[in-house]
Formats: sequence, C-alpha cells, structure tokens
Amino acid sequence: MDFGALFGSFDNFASFTMGGLVFGAIYALIALGYTMVYGVLQLINFAHSEVFMYGTFAVAWTFVLLHGTGDANWSLGKALPILLVALVAAMLASAAIALVLERVAYRPLINKNAPKLIALISAIGASFALSEAMGLRDRFAKWLGVDDNLANYVSPKKARDVYTNPVTIEPHKLFEVGGYNVTDVDLVIVLAALVMMFALDQFVRRTRFGRGIRAVAQDPESAALMGVNSTRVVQVTFLIGGLMAGVAATLYMMKIGATRQSAGFLLGVKAFTAAVMGGIGNLRGALLGGLVLGVMESWGAAIWGNEWRDVVAFILLVLILLVRPSGLLGEALGKARA
Amino acid sequence: MIRSNKSVRRIVALAGVAALSLTAACGSSDDGDKSSSGGKSDLCGKNIAFLGALTGDAGALGQNMVNGIELALKEYNDKNADCKINLKKFDSQGSPDTAPGLATQIVNDDSIFGLVGPGFSGESLATGKTFFEAGLPSISPSATNVTITQQGWSTWHRVIGNDDAQGKADAKYLTTTAGAKKVFVIDDGQDYSKGLAGTVKTALGSALADSDQISVGQTDMSAAVTKVKASGADAVFYGGYYTEAGLLAKALRQGGFKGTFMSGDGSEDPNFVKVAGAAAAEGAVLSAPAGPAPSGFGATGLYATQAYDATNIFLAAVKDGKSSAKDINDFIGSFTGDGVSGPVAFDDKGDIKESKIYAYFVKGGKLDVDNPTAME
Repeated sequence: MDFGALFGSFDNFASFTMGGLVFGAIYALIALGYTMVYGVLQLINFAHSEVFMYGTFAVAWTFVLLHGTGDANWSLGKALPILLVALVAAMLASAAIALVLERVAYRPLINKNAPKLIALISAIGASFALSEAMGLRDRFAKWLGVDDNLANYVSPKKARDVYTNPVTIEPHKLFEVGGYNVTDVDLVIVLAALVMMFALDQFVRRTRFGRGIRAVAQDPESAALMGVNSTRVVQVTFLIGGLMAGVAATLYMMKIGATRQSAGFLLGVKAFTAAVMGGIGNLRGALLGGLVLGVMESWGAAIWGNEWRDVVAFILLVLILLVRPSGLLGEALGKARA
Repeated sequence: MIRSNKSVRRIVALAGVAALSLTAACGSSDDGDKSSSGGKSDLCGKNIAFLGALTGDAGALGQNMVNGIELALKEYNDKNADCKINLKKFDSQGSPDTAPGLATQIVNDDSIFGLVGPGFSGESLATGKTFFEAGLPSISPSATNVTITQQGWSTWHRVIGNDDAQGKADAKYLTTTAGAKKVFVIDDGQDYSKGLAGTVKTALGSALADSDQISVGQTDMSAAVTKVKASGADAVFYGGYYTEAGLLAKALRQGGFKGTFMSGDGSEDPNFVKVAGAAAAEGAVLSAPAGPAPSGFGATGLYATQAYDATNIFLAAVKDGKSSAKDINDFIGSFTGDGVSGPVAFDDKGDIKESKIYAYFVKGGKLDVDNPTAME
C-alpha cells in the first residue's frame, strides 16, 4: 500500500483527482441511459453499452468519410467542424440503435407482460448480438458485395481489431492544476457532461414530455388512464438515453480516439455502477455517481496500483449501498419534483 | 531437470501413434501405396487445427494467425489438388479457461494431425499436457512465455523466440542504447505480458524506477501517467498488446512525458501508431523476435508470418509422406528451413533455435516495419 503516491504531494493528489474526473464525466453520461430506462421501466438495459459503442464507431466513420484515412494530428479547433458533424452522427446512430432495441428486444416482452427478469435476459442477449454484429461487419459487407467499396469502414478480416479515428485530436494545455495539465479536451468533456446533464434534468422537470416520463415512472397504469401514451414515453426514454450515449461516445473518441466491437463492455459496467452508486433512476445521482466512481478509481489506482482500481470501485459501491441502500441520492425519477 | 524421463514420453508417443495409425489404416488399405516416395500421403484430406482467440478482445490477433495459415494452405492446395489439407478452427477467445475443453475436442478428432497454436501463453500452459499426452504435435506462432518449453512437453514447439531473450535485450537497449537511467515498467497482467515485463524488471536491476499493472480493455491511463511522472523515470517499458500500448503512449505524451517509450512484440503492429496517434507514437521502440515480412507477403498483421511458417512445416511433413503423429513430431524436431519470419529449427525443448530480436522504430508517423535494427 502506498498512500505516499496519492497524498505525498498536492501535485500528485490533484493529478489523480483530475484524471478521474474526466473519465467520471464520461461514465456519468453513459449512466444516464441506464438510469432513465430503469426509472421508467424498472429494467436494466444491459445493451446500453452497445448503444454507446455504435456511437463511437459513428464518430470514427464520420472522420473517415469527411477527412479520409490519412493520419493527421489536429488541434481541437481545427477538428471542431467535423467533430460537430460526428456528434450529430453519433447521437443519431446511438439513438437509432436504442430505438431498435426498444422495438425488438423490449416492447414485445412488455406487451406480453413478461416478468422483468425475462427482459433482463433479453437485454443481455441483445448486448451480445449487437457487439458481435459489429465484430462481423466485414462478413455482412461481403454478403452484400460492398466490402471493397466500404473497406475503410468495415476493415475486412480485421473487423474485430481496434478501429481508430484517423484524426488524432491533440489536446492543448490550458492551465495546470498541481502538475496535471488541464487541456482543452478535458475541459470540453467535463463541461459538456455538465451541460447535457443540466439540460436533461430541466427537460424532465419542466416540459410536458418530462411530466409524462415522471408520470409513467411513478405509476404506468394511472398515467395511461390520465391519457399519457406510455409506449411513446418509453420510446422517448430510450431515445434520450441513446442521444446521451452518442454525446458520451463523441467525448470518448475525442479523448481516446480508438474503439472496437468490445469497447462498450467495460465502460458499460462502470456506467451501470455509477448509476447504482448515485441512486438508480435518479438523473443527478448518475452525474454524482459517475464523478465519484471516476475519482475513486483513480485514487485506488494511486494507492494500491492500477490492477486494483476495479476492486476499489466495487468495494466502495458495496460500502455505499450498505449505508444507503438506494444509492447516494437515492431518489427515483418519478419522485423528482418540478 | 527440464526434460521428463524418456520412457514415459515414448510410451505416450506410441499410444498416439497407435491411435492415429488405426484410423490411417482404414484410409490406406484401399489404394495401397503407403507413401514411399511421391505417393499420396495418408494425411490427404485431413486437417490442421488452429486453437486460439478468434472472437473476444484478442480475436484480432487470432484472425491474423488464421490469415497466415489460410495463405499457406491455399498455396499448398493450389499446387496439390489431389492431396488437400484443410483447417479446423477452434476459438478459445484466448482464455485459459476455454482452451482445455477445445483441446480435448481436438485430440479426439481423428482427422486432425497437427495443431498450429495455441495462440497465447496462458492457454498454452493450460492445454500443453493434454496435447502432449495425446501425442499431437503442435507449433505455436505466438506463445512466448518462457516456462512453456520447460514442462517437458516433447510435442510442443514454437516458431517465435521466447520472452527471456527479448526481455534481456529490451532492458539492455533501454539502459545502453537509449541511455535511460530510470525505467518504469508496466504490464497488463496476462501471462505473456507479466513474463516479458518480469524479465525486463530483473534485467534492469537498479535502473528500475517502479512498476505498475493495468488491465486489458482499460482506456483511462491517467493514473499510470501520474505515477510515471512522479517516479521521475526517463523511459517506460510496457509488456502487453498494441491497443493498451497505444493508449498508454498517447496518454504519456499528452501528460508531458518526454522519455523513451518501449514495448515488446505484442505491440509491434501498425495499429500501435494508429491508436497512439502519429505524434505520440513518434520515437517509440518496439522489439520483436522476428524479422520483417518479405515484401509482397499476402497476409498482414502481427503473428501472420509465424503462423504461415508453422503451417508450412506441417505441410512439408505431409509432402514428405509422414503419417504417424510420432513421425510428424520427429520431422518437426529435425526440421530446418528458412521461413518468412526467419530461419526455423528447433532445439530439444521445442524452442526455436535461432531467434534474433529486432528493434522496430516509429519514424515519420509510421511503424517502419522494413528497417528494424538487430538487437544484442
């Protein structure tokens, strides 16, 4: 154990904390998807990690389409125009996958009043199917006879390999917090996560549709009797989760720049943990949970070594749930007051 | 005491021969020409097995190997239409937990006369005994952990140098050629990576600044970067594969680390540069116990050349009219030839005899695969 690594100097402490916050912000955005769907349906949408993963591919594909495959090193400012297009593409792609999921993997089950556990299994199955479909995209392209035309997108024979954004976004140091170079990319990630979170929170609290979501979350039957179209509400919930995952995917690709068919899994587990930690079904909880998880992982890595980061994160989760069984903020989506 | 006692090995090998010749007898009784010279081998129409990761996180590496195997088989089958050899693929996902079940399937499949694989060190250690006891000859294109060939499995071979030589060469390169005073060593916790990083750590001695371990699939390298910077290291060695290596190199440069970044054969792939980005990858040194693939070689990717060579050794055995498992194993043991990955010959443990370690450099935003420097 090496507490000196973390607390030895303020420099290191600030550095570990900042590094954790940046990833925590990405966890938080993905966690929103889990928490929204859980809030409305009391269902854990395990395939949400793949919704995110398709978003990351949409970002990389947009860059390949608009820039080409030549390696380049751009500043954030130079990449911004394509990045904005990529953001839209990722949001659309993720939202589309989320809607397809809802239609194919959940609605038939919900319509038949299947137990929640069945939907959970369906979610896990959908997750595998989506991930493997991405890993087999070269074969699908071959069947359709377009593998030559789309070689840059489907990576024939290498579809399972890491897929990179040809444009590396070079972060620029803005200022330094105790030895950690806070870059423009880091700042955009944290700010974007906060803004999206605030906007979503306001949407759920203040708009007519948000009221519908809260109504269905509280009591689906009464909401239906009051004239809320609950199918539509569930659809919109999935849609919003997908849009947020698309934003997270864009931020992730800004920072990491590489994805693969299995990229969603680990982040999905982390984001789900963040959602539970903050109080699943609670939007603000997702933000808090994401940031806390990111920072705790980083501290854990500092004290016990990187191989213990996940252990630290999950022990923390257990401890929090022991004291507060419904998570840090613990309030469900339906009880949020306008 | 590295080799197990001879008589046991012979009995096991004989049992393997007996099992194989039973099935071979049925095939050869009709046409009668028992592979004297130029005749059809009993192995025509039979299969080579591949055991390794085809799906899962490491699926890309296994796919590279299959590309190499398929290229060798295609070249052979085009020339020998009357004696085709086919490939049976077994997907272990690179997992030492999955591989043993598949190994049992492979040794019980009478149509399989040789194995290209296992792909990784962990699964090799988990399955070596099964293959050895069944007498099935195997050649791994990529498992480099030192301990595998110390188990006395006489059927096990590899066409790639082990981690011991590479780790020592890497440590020497860092402290002498690169002139590093303090080296920070990181690995991803897998058998291969820990083995290689461990050798480097030992060989570095007092030049080791500190070490850390990340996990496969991890993308947030910020904590590792902070530790490297806090240790004051002027070089980083990473034991692992190219995705994490690329992400680590990128995070290190973005975090302001200016020293040498070095990694081993698991990272020697153009994707390392793609993941890290050209600027962050510039100047990185990647060692590998294999020379460059000849130009125009039809299968790309890390380990494709080794898999191609391994397959060709089996095919040479077929051409030579070998049919029993023991004959094939002896043939492999005494094989000498030049493969696309370098000269191939095995010592009595199954390790490749001659394996030069090369240092590959990232120059001008590209991994320069054609001009490596031979290392000491």
